[in-house]
Amino acid sequence: MNPSLKNEPGSIPTTTGMGAASNVKSEDVFRKGDAIDVAPNWKLVWWRFKKHRLALVSGVIFIVIALIAVFPDFFSTRNPHKTSATKSFMPVQGIHFFENGNFNPHIDKLVGKRNSKTLKMEWKAHETQKIPIEFFVEGYYYQILGMIETNIHFLGVSDPKSRQTIHLLGTDRLGRDQWSRLMHGTRVSLSIGLVAVFLSVFFGILLGGISGYYGGWTDLIIQRFIEILQSLPPIPIWMALTASLPRDWSVEQTYFAITIILSMIGWTTLAREVRGRFLSMREEDFVMAAHLSGCSQMRIIFRHMLPTFTSHIIATSTLAVPVMIINETFLSFLGLGLRPPAISWGVLLQEAQNLQSIALAPWLLLPGLAVIITVLALNILGDGLRDAADPYS
Amino acid sequence: MLQYIIKRLLILPFLLFIFSIIAFILIQAPPGDFLTSYIAELATSGSSIERAQIDALRALYGLDQPLYIQYFKWIGRLLTGDLGFSLDWQKPISELIGERLALTLALGVGTFIFTWLVAIPIGILSATRQYSFFDYFFTVFNYIGVATPTFMTALVLMWIAFKYYGLSVTGLFSPEYIDAVWSWDRTVDLLKHLWLPVVILGLDGTARLARVMRANLLDELKKPYMEMARAKGMSEWSLVMKYPVRLALNPLVSTIGWYLPLIFSGSVIVATVMNLPTIGPMLLRALISQDMFLAGTIILIYMILAIIGTLISDILLAWLDPRIRMEDN
Repeated sequence: MNPSLKNEPGSIPTTTGMGAASNVKSEDVFRKGDAIDVAPNWKLVWWRFKKHRLALVSGVIFIVIALIAVFPDFFSTRNPHKTSATKSFMPVQGIHFFENGNFNPHIDKLVGKRNSKTLKMEWKAHETQKIPIEFFVEGYYYQILGMIETNIHFLGVSDPKSRQTIHLLGTDRLGRDQWSRLMHGTRVSLSIGLVAVFLSVFFGILLGGISGYYGGWTDLIIQRFIEILQSLPPIPIWMALTASLPRDWSVEQTYFAITIILSMIGWTTLAREVRGRFLSMREEDFVMAAHLSGCSQMRIIFRHMLPTFTSHIIATSTLAVPVMIINETFLSFLGLGLRPPAISWGVLLQEAQNLQSIALAPWLLLPGLAVIITVLALNILGDGLRDAADPYS
Repeated sequence: MLQYIIKRLLILPFLLFIFSIIAFILIQAPPGDFLTSYIAELATSGSSIERAQIDALRALYGLDQPLYIQYFKWIGRLLTGDLGFSLDWQKPISELIGERLALTLALGVGTFIFTWLVAIPIGILSATRQYSFFDYFFTVFNYIGVATPTFMTALVLMWIAFKYYGLSVTGLFSPEYIDAVWSWDRTVDLLKHLWLPVVILGLDGTARLARVMRANLLDELKKPYMEMARAKGMSEWSLVMKYPVRLALNPLVSTIGWYLPLIFSGSVIVATVMNLPTIGPMLLRALISQDMFLAGTIILIYMILAIIGTLISDILLAWLDPRIRMEDN
């Protein structure tokens, strides 16, 4: 869509908007009204996005989640794979930040006793026995991004040699620390969502672009193909596809297979959108002008047509990430997606699959909260971006 | 109108043909054929199967023949109404699926009705009272409804019912009715159990539909004919209900096309968590135990349900909106 400029019509290359960037060295040279007229597209989107407070907050939450996904070990308090038979089903340990009005973060020590009748471990908090905790403490060794070896963690017990442990979200059946597992699950679940959407965007733009740009038979075939894919019931199909993955595949192989399976249907929506835009834009003057100036078709598509709706693609794909995350979660939850020893949110929730386990250890449901928060943040962020993507409206 | 419907119906056999091929590919995808895994399973459990019986099964399914012949054998049997035999359950598939299919339909249709009954009033009230407390409340509710995976809602509600009321809200029947023959009492018992899965399954859809309804209605409310009707002295309530609501419902009907199939396929997860006797959990079990003909049949059923959903929405839309049915002529 071509923006209509109030003050200086025609002076700015409007299709990409990027050409105006050099004109605006600093904002205060112009009055606000003038700044809008010459601002590049991304700046207009940002101005509009800023007004949407909730989306801004969601953006910050998403950055925190993304940081956890990049540095899961830093935020963990314990090795996520470490089992401990004597620590199964420990409840959540809340952090007390203050003691008698002074800042003294600590947790109450949990003491377990086996019930002689039910043979279940029963944990009780000892309020007199406090375990001091600190930020940036030493813990188990790990490698940051597989390169730098360190043992510094965001949070942990002050004295690492004291053999005391902290379980912010309790422990599971095998005595593994849920908080640390959640941190590592964040990496897998979030990245599956992002990679699957990236693949969808790639195929969506490629096939949607081909379909809309060439039209005719190519268009017809691709469109029928999309229609058939879209009228398939996704969940049973995903289930059948993931169930047919060989059981002896490694974690990495399953991981990539699942992202491909998830994006197999996801790309269709985007392809339709891209096609519609291409169809309407083919007739625009600036495409004709590019043709006449002797631009190659690739250049017309990627340099002139695509940039006009990049912001829409970003908004749409932001909204697609949470869908992918939920889909991965339920596939792994049903035991069809990622399988242990891989850790994802779905794998974590698998521990809470039946009423017996939830009744025994309700904190096993807490990873679900991570799913809800992430999906909520991404949805609001995506809505905000979508509203901001059309800055001239 | 009739012409339009016939046109839609004529595409069906073609779609079904393609879908059956996809379903067949899906059940052929796992490495090794199901008979081999069945024999291996029997061997591990200590029992064995007669050589002659294996050969008979192999011939019946055409396992020694090329894939396309296997496909035509399979589809041929399906067309004559022979759904095949489940090796895992040791029962004919038609017998296994019968009641479960009816319950799947009941769950799906129940959810659909619930969603529309709840979402439309919420949408209308949110739009007519835009930016009120009610509107904000439901905006938040809608966001959370969309963000919560259905199995989470199911798990949390199950936990609450167990923890605070000591109830186990799984299944669709009380124990004494599970194997009973259909009777009035059994239907009442079903309805007593059905509402919770319906609410859980419908939450996500309700949130989405209410949002669509609100947006549609807000667009309509801004139009000049509203001003005109008010100037003529029409009361606000009957005005809203008579014109803009009807117009706003139109785009909502087109959502049936994707929403109805979504309910059916989405019910797989809730049914598994809540242990409902529908075809969903059966599909999961069939896939895990590589009972491939059962899995194939169920996948095909889901595909048919999806097609029916789209068909219903096409016909409803054409009936509501003359522009659509005239388009093709």
